[in-house]
Amino acid sequence: MSVQKPLPHDAAALHVTGQARYVDDIPVPANTLNLAFGLSERAHAEITGMDLSAVRAAPGVVAVLTAADLPHANDVSPSAHDEPLLADGAVHYLGQPLYLVAAEGHLAARKAARLGRVRYEDRPAVLSIDDAIAANSRFEEGPRIWARGDPEAAIGGAAHRIEGAIEIGGQEHFYLEGQAALALPQEGGDMVVHSSSQHPTEIQHKVADALGVPMHSVRVEVRRMGGGFGGKESQGNALAVACAVAAAATGRPCRMRYDRDDDFTITGKRHDFRIHYRAGVDAEGRIEGIDFVQYARCGWAQDLSLPVADRAMLHADNAYFLPNVRIENHRLRTNTQSATAFRGFGGPQGMVGIERVMDEIAYRLGRDPLEVRRVNFYDPPPGGGLSAPRAPAARPPEDISAKVKAGEDVSAGRRRTPYGMEVEDFILHEMVDRLARTADYAGRRARVAEWNAANAVLKRGIALTPVKFGISFTLTHLNQAGALVHVYQDGSIHMNHGGTEMGQGLFQKVAQVAADAFGVEAARVKITATDTGKVPNTSATAASSGSDLNGMAVRAACDTIRDRLAGMLAEMHQCDPADVVFEAGRVRAGGADYSFEDVIARAYTSRISLSSTGYYRTPDLTWDRIRGEGRPFYYFAYGAAVTEVVIDVLTGEYRILRTDILHDAGRSLNPAIDIGQIEGGFVQGAGWLTTEELVWDGSGRLRTHAPSTYKIPACSDRPRLFNVDLWDGENFKPTIHRSKAVGEPPLMLGISALMALSDAVAACGDGSVYPALDAPATPERVLAAVGRQRGRA
Amino acid sequence: MDITFLLNGESVALTGVEPTSTLLDWLREDRGLTGTKEGCNEGDCGACTVLVTDAHGSHPLNSCILFLPQLHGKAVRTVEGIGGPEGRLHPVQQAMIEHHGSQCGFCTPGFIVSMAAAHLDGATDFDDRLAGNLCRCTGYAPIIRAAEAAADEPAPDWMTADAVALRAHDFTFAEISSGGASAPAEAGGGQPPSGAYRPRDAEDLARWYAEHPDATLVAGATDVGLWVTKSLRELAPVAFIAGLGDLRGVTVTDSGINVGATTTLAELGPAIAPHHPDFAELIRRYGSVQVRGAATIGGNIANGSPIGDGPPALIALGATLHLRHGENRRSLPLEDFFLDYGKQDRAPGEFVEAVTILRQPDALRCYKLSKRFDQDISAVCGCFNVAVADGVVREARIAFGGMAGIPARAPHVEAALTGQPWTRETVEAAMDAFAKDFSPMTDMRASAEYRLEAARNMMLRYFLEAQGAPARVLEVAS
Repeated sequence: MSVQKPLPHDAAALHVTGQARYVDDIPVPANTLNLAFGLSERAHAEITGMDLSAVRAAPGVVAVLTAADLPHANDVSPSAHDEPLLADGAVHYLGQPLYLVAAEGHLAARKAARLGRVRYEDRPAVLSIDDAIAANSRFEEGPRIWARGDPEAAIGGAAHRIEGAIEIGGQEHFYLEGQAALALPQEGGDMVVHSSSQHPTEIQHKVADALGVPMHSVRVEVRRMGGGFGGKESQGNALAVACAVAAAATGRPCRMRYDRDDDFTITGKRHDFRIHYRAGVDAEGRIEGIDFVQYARCGWAQDLSLPVADRAMLHADNAYFLPNVRIENHRLRTNTQSATAFRGFGGPQGMVGIERVMDEIAYRLGRDPLEVRRVNFYDPPPGGGLSAPRAPAARPPEDISAKVKAGEDVSAGRRRTPYGMEVEDFILHEMVDRLARTADYAGRRARVAEWNAANAVLKRGIALTPVKFGISFTLTHLNQAGALVHVYQDGSIHMNHGGTEMGQGLFQKVAQVAADAFGVEAARVKITATDTGKVPNTSATAASSGSDLNGMAVRAACDTIRDRLAGMLAEMHQCDPADVVFEAGRVRAGGADYSFEDVIARAYTSRISLSSTGYYRTPDLTWDRIRGEGRPFYYFAYGAAVTEVVIDVLTGEYRILRTDILHDAGRSLNPAIDIGQIEGGFVQGAGWLTTEELVWDGSGRLRTHAPSTYKIPACSDRPRLFNVDLWDGENFKPTIHRSKAVGEPPLMLGISALMALSDAVAACGDGSVYPALDAPATPERVLAAVGRQRGRA
Repeated sequence: MDITFLLNGESVALTGVEPTSTLLDWLREDRGLTGTKEGCNEGDCGACTVLVTDAHGSHPLNSCILFLPQLHGKAVRTVEGIGGPEGRLHPVQQAMIEHHGSQCGFCTPGFIVSMAAAHLDGATDFDDRLAGNLCRCTGYAPIIRAAEAAADEPAPDWMTADAVALRAHDFTFAEISSGGASAPAEAGGGQPPSGAYRPRDAEDLARWYAEHPDATLVAGATDVGLWVTKSLRELAPVAFIAGLGDLRGVTVTDSGINVGATTTLAELGPAIAPHHPDFAELIRRYGSVQVRGAATIGGNIANGSPIGDGPPALIALGATLHLRHGENRRSLPLEDFFLDYGKQDRAPGEFVEAVTILRQPDALRCYKLSKRFDQDISAVCGCFNVAVADGVVREARIAFGGMAGIPARAPHVEAALTGQPWTRETVEAAMDAFAKDFSPMTDMRASAEYRLEAARNMMLRYFLEAQGAPARVLEVAS
């Protein structure tokens, strides 16, 4: 078995020696041009004139293109065709590309791109959530509203009521490799594009439209990205299209990479949110009714904002049963970068909302926040046996009728999400019990209280927060994948699929799946670049779906070939094909024992095809996003984290002292890679909620536009004690080797850091003022919250 | 200009080098060594880290803000040269594979170089040694595990070869000047003259700079580098002064400590630690290993930044600045050098020679406040030096960065303390004087209100620490 082994990342040896090639490392023909965009200096304006003579005259400049020079589609939007490559008459955010410079050399292109003289006639700019609410500036006709039961009555009749709001800042992806693309013109107007993209098929589509050619004339290759995190799901379109149109216009290869400042200024980030909440709870803190109003700041173009906002609504429950619930979500249009996909895709923001509610309930009732969380948990499945696999047939038939939606369905218990999906394998009771024990949550909570009683300046806080994250694209048709597997005459295996490698170890995990299918070691499998010419019509590598979808597609392809081999041997040995065993590089059939190479050589000379495609689509999905009803997810992934912090009440500075995590990756395909996702996801999530602050000024200019001003966690910011364990269960759904998706869910473990900070701040007061800590909880926000505890506004 | 250096053990001689072309661009574009990555192009992320060896030792440096002429006579090792012959891996490379220390791999070459540099030094304070390398994938935990696992392995012989080779190598090149600003523009080019000068010594610099007062002096280029890579400025003429031995080094006498202008922060830290350990800790947080290895104290003062961390500490210590113009020298209290935002008391052609502080009992505490602890620019940097005798404040020198357009003392606070009993009441009264001394601004790092409140509270922290109370989160055990 090569699955479940903690093998290194397939490219690890290339990474550490500097041999791993990224787009900008690809050797290019000597006549390759470098591109740069000229950018808008205004947030919202009509362009009344554009003098590019100085740009054209600058040293090394070969071509300058504006919207008028584009022969076909001027569109790089992944959704609503509302995002021109180059501004056409008006600009909608500060940083929007206006014109495209092609020059001899990257530096020459950058220098020239700053020389354009643009005349603007300013229009009122809608920058903030408040601006957008006031101007009713939004996507879709109004807010989306999903509801169940009678939340107003439940809140009104509850023993205790809480009400508040939280601001949740956005987040810059800060993939270490900035956006990059390279276009190589081919004969007959064809184009080959290398792109640092999570979505090669969309690059192919947008480039084809921009060139006015069918998709078959464009081939897109992605070997790897230097990080993606959602930021390369749609944001690479502009560079790839720019390279292709410039290459077509000049007949020369064109490549483009954003300087880091341009990358910050041009590309979208995680949506910032404001979430208002009102909840009614009983004496134990159990929610009886709750009402959320979520405001998502989407930026100027639609991009992926609708599904992002939907996912925020879909995670407004996190791990908690909400019997009477109303969720209202506004998708606000502002004159800022178009917010885009970012690991968790709206889920984290929705989850922060309900975790904030849990924290405040506990505070109001003077209870341990973990107790409050537990009483609100979804029910475990009837009959227990939580980590045991259950046959899919045992699952009750899906029922999304209005009656069930009322939340009163006794047979389902407290198991239905606000959108009517039953939570069938809720394992968080056991996971949280185990984590609380291994992390000594209760003992440390007591010691934190002792410390806080003895220390005036330094206060500690501790929090345990759970994660339940829905796995599948909510746009159901995206849940499909293809693969292409060849076995060569010498027994070596060439594997290809539609997923892209951005560091998450997808290629390695899927190679292990392929090796397992043939009973050979993973080293025999060659992992090859994602290529639209090999596997077509792929979905973005997103929504944590990579190994679920592509692992199944690759296994299907391998199984097809293996079945052919088994059939051949069964015929030779007059045995059942099912009795042919592929194991440890050997193949056994009817008492004979062959090397794998031997079998392949025989198959080739027997004229048996050693190549196959594979295909997979996720079963059991139904979803009505307007009504907010159905089964958008195939299953849920779970996790929990305990984080302890210390704050300085004089300056608001803080440290994460310790984090303990227990996370559910099902039966992990590769525990080392999955633990890497968990550690990295936690730190990225904690960074989002602590030091990573995006600041725009009053003109709409992003002032935090580089690592000098935007602070992702550095080495010493990781928890000083950091214990990460995998839950030892397996997926109750028949996913690839019963594993679970692991890309996004761990990011939300970082919420424990925000809640621990809240706990530490609460220790500064007398219990009468809830900390109400907004995110990111910079030292400044922490100090302000401490001040409120002490009666300072 | 013409330069020569060792690259991964091999001699490289370049002629006609554009003085402000960066090592990173040359490696990637001209040399085809693409293992070294561009992550931010401003010396913050460390993806471009290379190992540079010279007479002062081996330092990991950010190649994105390292101009090629700075390498003259030195040895450079990129990630391609960290492994040995026949594909042999360095112990840190092997450990990074075994401990799953790379995910996307883009930051990895920079980490490998920083880890190999720490390994060469026998350093195990990895949080500090790797503070200048950002990773967005791993959360750092596996990288630290790898660094720890490799720590006990001996340094491979090829890693110590550069220092040996440098001593053996003949780097005696004629001083090179392309003529500076006085050279005629190249015919038809329309470009400004690309003058660059490498002075022999401080005398030579003084003469040349007086003749070329519009020139830019480049020492470590951790600031000037960004003028080129971010502001896209044309700098000409430039003089490369980091190699001037007579401007470099820390001299301690019975009366004072003299710090030469081109002393790097990496050198200043350990030299000042026995005298003012908190200044050394401030220097540790001043910037990453890569930045400290290049940045000089003279540059930190001369660029006049209101948020540089060196000046507040030096002002609190009562430092004197020494300036030179041609044959003329003058000295002034450091705080008097900073006149207004972007304006210093420095004549064209005049340069910083040294800064001196008097020997004194250590009462200095430095509080650097930033969103992130390491490798971040201060929102507020408060430095306190209060002399107390017999329970009474004899003298108080308190200086701040980030509170005004220049690094500045807090005269009202100092006055409120001086002559008063060293008590909490005195301190609280003094805290109220901050509002008279400073009207800080609001920017992306902090609001004016926060800056003022934090500054006040730093005064209290200084008092509490003097009483032995724990008041630093960095010192809390897990």
